[in-house]
Amino acid sequence: MALQETPVILPGHDFETVTETIAEIPLSRRFPLGWIGIILVALAGAGLLQMALGYLVLKGIGLWGNNAPVGWAFDIINFVWWIGIGHAGTLISAILLLFKQQWRMSISRFAEAMTIFAVICAAIFPIFHTGRPWLAAYWLFPYPNTMGLWPQFKSPLIWDVFAVSTYATVSVVFWYVGLIPDFATMRDRAVSRVKAIVFGTLSLGWRGSARHWHRYEVATLILAGLSTPLVLSVHTVVSFDFAVSVIPGWHATIFPPYFVAGAIYSGFAMVLSLAIPVRRFYGMESLITMRHIDNMAKIMLATGLMVGYGYAMEAFFAWYSASPHERFMMWNRMFGPYAWSYWALISINVVMIQLLWFKRVRTNTTLLFVMSLFVNVGMWLERFVIIVTSLNRDFVPSSWGMYYPTRWDFMTFFGTIGLFLTLFLLFLRFVPMISIFEVKTLLPQAKVKAEH
Amino acid sequence: MAHAPETSSALHGVMAEFDSGQALVDAARQTMAQGFTRVEAYSPVPIEELNDIIHKKRTVLPKLVLGGGLTGMATGFVLQYWASVIEYPMNVGGRPQASWTTFIVPSYELTILFAALTAAIGMIVLSGLPQPYHPVFNVERFAMASSDKFFLVIEARDPKFDHHAATAFLTGAGAKGVYDVAD
Repeated sequence: MALQETPVILPGHDFETVTETIAEIPLSRRFPLGWIGIILVALAGAGLLQMALGYLVLKGIGLWGNNAPVGWAFDIINFVWWIGIGHAGTLISAILLLFKQQWRMSISRFAEAMTIFAVICAAIFPIFHTGRPWLAAYWLFPYPNTMGLWPQFKSPLIWDVFAVSTYATVSVVFWYVGLIPDFATMRDRAVSRVKAIVFGTLSLGWRGSARHWHRYEVATLILAGLSTPLVLSVHTVVSFDFAVSVIPGWHATIFPPYFVAGAIYSGFAMVLSLAIPVRRFYGMESLITMRHIDNMAKIMLATGLMVGYGYAMEAFFAWYSASPHERFMMWNRMFGPYAWSYWALISINVVMIQLLWFKRVRTNTTLLFVMSLFVNVGMWLERFVIIVTSLNRDFVPSSWGMYYPTRWDFMTFFGTIGLFLTLFLLFLRFVPMISIFEVKTLLPQAKVKAEH
Repeated sequence: MAHAPETSSALHGVMAEFDSGQALVDAARQTMAQGFTRVEAYSPVPIEELNDIIHKKRTVLPKLVLGGGLTGMATGFVLQYWASVIEYPMNVGGRPQASWTTFIVPSYELTILFAALTAAIGMIVLSGLPQPYHPVFNVERFAMASSDKFFLVIEARDPKFDHHAATAFLTGAGAKGVYDVAD
C-alpha cells in the first residue's frame, strides 16, 4: 500500500486485550454512576411516552394538533425522522461490509442497535396514529379476518408496512447473527453461573469450528447483500407515501434518492452523537479511533451535500414547472408563516455542514458532537417543512389553516427519545457494544499467509 | 497424557492448542496430508483457509437463500393478486384489478424477508445449532477458543485414528498443548 493510513484501531492491542476491553463491560457487576444518572433521565422520558400514549388511547387522537388541512404532522414527521436515523446502522453494517471498509467493524454493532431502537420508536407513531392500535392489525397486515377484509395493496401506505416490518425483522436478525460468536465469548468468560447460562443460551452453543465459520461468513455476506437493497428501498418507499400523492411539494420524482441521502445523513449524525460520548465514557478511544470519527464526518458531509442538492432541485422544479401551485408552495415555504423552519434547516443542513470540509473540525470531537446534534435537529426540521408547509396552504385559500403542535405531541416525541436512550443504555450495559471477533480479524494474529 | 487405547470408545478425539491462526493452518495442512479425514479446527476468528483445507466443500446456503427469496417473491405476488383480484375485488379509481406494478413493492420486500430469514436460520440449522452440549467443551482450555487460542481436533472415529500416534503427531506439529477430549 502506497498510502500510509491512520490505523483502524490503535497499536498495542492483541486478541486478549480486545476481548477484555469489550467483554468487561457487560460482565462486570458494577453499574457506573454516570450510567445510572443518564438512565434515570431516559426512564423519565420513557414514562412520559407511556403517559402520552395511555392518555391518547383513552381520549383519541384529537389530543394531537393535526387537523384539516394539516392532517399529517408530528406523527409522520417523527416516524420519518426515526426511520431515517436507523439507516446509518444498516449502511455501516451492510454496505460498508460489501465495500470491505474495515473501519466499520468497531462501530457496526452499536450502530445496528441504534437502527433497531430507532425503528421501534418510529413504529410507535403510525401505529398510534390509527387511534385504535389494537384494531390496526387488519388495516395493516393481510390476514384472514372474520370481516373478509384485505388491505389496499395499491396504496403506498401498505407498501410502507411491508418495507418497515421487513426492515425491522432483517435488522434484528442481522444484529443477532452478528452477536452469536460474541455471546459465545461472553459465555466462556462469565464468572457468574446465571450469566454463563444466559449467554450460553443466546450463543446457541457456538463453537467456532471451521464449518461454523465458513457458513457464518457466507450467511453474513448474503445478509449484507440483502440488507443493501432493503435499506435503499425502505426510505424510497417512505418517500412514496408523499411522492405518489398529488400535493404540490410532495409530488416530486427526486423524493426517493433525496430521502435516502437525508436518512443516511441524519443516521450518521446520530451515530456520532452516540459514539463520541460513549467512547469517552467507556474509554474506547483505542477501538473507536479518530479515523472512525473523521470518516463518519466525511460521510455526513457527502450525504449532507446531496441533501442540499435536493433542496436546490425542489426550488428549481417549483419554478421550472410553471405550475402556479408548485411556485406558490415554494414561496410559502420560504416566506410564509413557517419560513423560520425553512431557513433554520437551510442554515444547518446547507451552511453549517460546510465546516466539515476542514480536518480541524472533523477531528474536534466536542465541536463535532454539537454539530451532530444540530444535524439531528436540522433533519427533523426538514420533515417538518416538507409535511407541514405542503399541507397548510393548498389549492383553495378558504381551506388554508395553521398547524400548532400540542403538549401531547411534544410529550410523545420527547418520550420516544427517552425510550430510545433507555434501550440504548441497556444495550451498552448488557451486550458487547463492539463486535469482538470482527475487531480481532484486524489484528496480525488473525492473518494467515497464502500457501505457496 | 492418557494411556489406555480401550478408552477410545469414551473418547471424542485428541485436541491440540495453538497460539496463532498461522500455526493452526499449518498444523491443519500437515494433518490432512497425513490422511486424517475426521478433523475439525476451532478458532476465535473466521479463517477462510481452514474450511478449504479440512472440509474442501462450500456450503449449500446460497442455493437455499435463492430458493427462499423466490418463495418470498411468489408469496408476495400471489397474496396480493388473490386478495385484490379474486377474494375481494375493489374498484380503486377505475384501475385494473390486476395492476401488477403496484404489487412490486410488497413482493420485493417479501423476497428480501424470506431470503434473509433463510440465510440466518439456514446458517444456524446447517451448523447443527442450537446445540448446548458438545464434547469439545469438556476440555477446560477450550474456553480460550472464543478468546485468543486456536484448536485442532482429530476425532476418534477417524479410521486412521490411533490415540498415541495422534497425540505424538499433534505434539510434533507444533501444538502448545495436547488434550484428550472425553465424549
